[in-house]
Amino acid sequence: MPSESSVAIVRESDIVVARQKGRELAASVGFSSTDQTLLATAISEVARNIISYAGQGEITLSTIEAAGRRGILVIARDQGPGIPDLEAAMRDGYSTGKSLGVGLPGARRLVDDFDLASTPGVGTTVTLKKWLR
Amino acid sequence: MSVPILKQGDILIASIQSALSDQDLVELRDQLADRVGRLRARGVVIDVTALDVLDSFATRTIRGIAYTATLRGAATVVVGVQPEVAFAMVQLGLGLDGIATALDLEEGLALLHAGKVERALRK
Repeated sequence: MPSESSVAIVRESDIVVARQKGRELAASVGFSSTDQTLLATAISEVARNIISYAGQGEITLSTIEAAGRRGILVIARDQGPGIPDLEAAMRDGYSTGKSLGVGLPGARRLVDDFDLASTPGVGTTVTLKKWLR
Repeated sequence: MSVPILKQGDILIASIQSALSDQDLVELRDQLADRVGRLRARGVVIDVTALDVLDSFATRTIRGIAYTATLRGAATVVVGVQPEVAFAMVQLGLGLDGIATALDLEEGLALLHAGKVERALRK
């Protein structure tokens, strides 16, 4: 199992590929079945956001280690239109019309660390970390 | 990957076999709505046992499938939501509001045969 992999998110079937790779990597690190599912679901949400709002992008999955803990780092990157109002995007139920508005706030609840960076006209990067417990 | 739809008496069983793309789910919705009418089904079971992830899109689509089948006059039960999937759905803040659920196919069929599933949505 490679410790880092990258999945191009171009069509919606790539969402399934990304979350399956995330699950495999989490399993190889020793994540419980529940934590594998939580991570796979979070990856699914951020991958879908790429398809819905940017059209295409990339998800990078890697294993990380910090303070003796092992975990998984997920970086979802796109060069889409960006998110003008980050605070609103993180609010439950907020959507510009393409979804239920649970994607980003929901993904945040499924992982341990969550970071959203976006510049209108340049793109969006969502960073997720989940630690082995 | 299309989803096989089995017919058992007046009940249709949509037995999802593997991870589904968004497009597969949308096709399942359309096929079920059509078959409920053509086969005059009174009940529908959607078996999601094989799904290892139900994200917001999948949840919304399955909800849509169940509402559509119910509006077509067939009582609908979603069965087989796995424990870790249920947990992830709760964390995401999603549910299957107003839709009957059962542990597995056997329980779902028993509910339908006992007439314990509403054939109209109560709002």
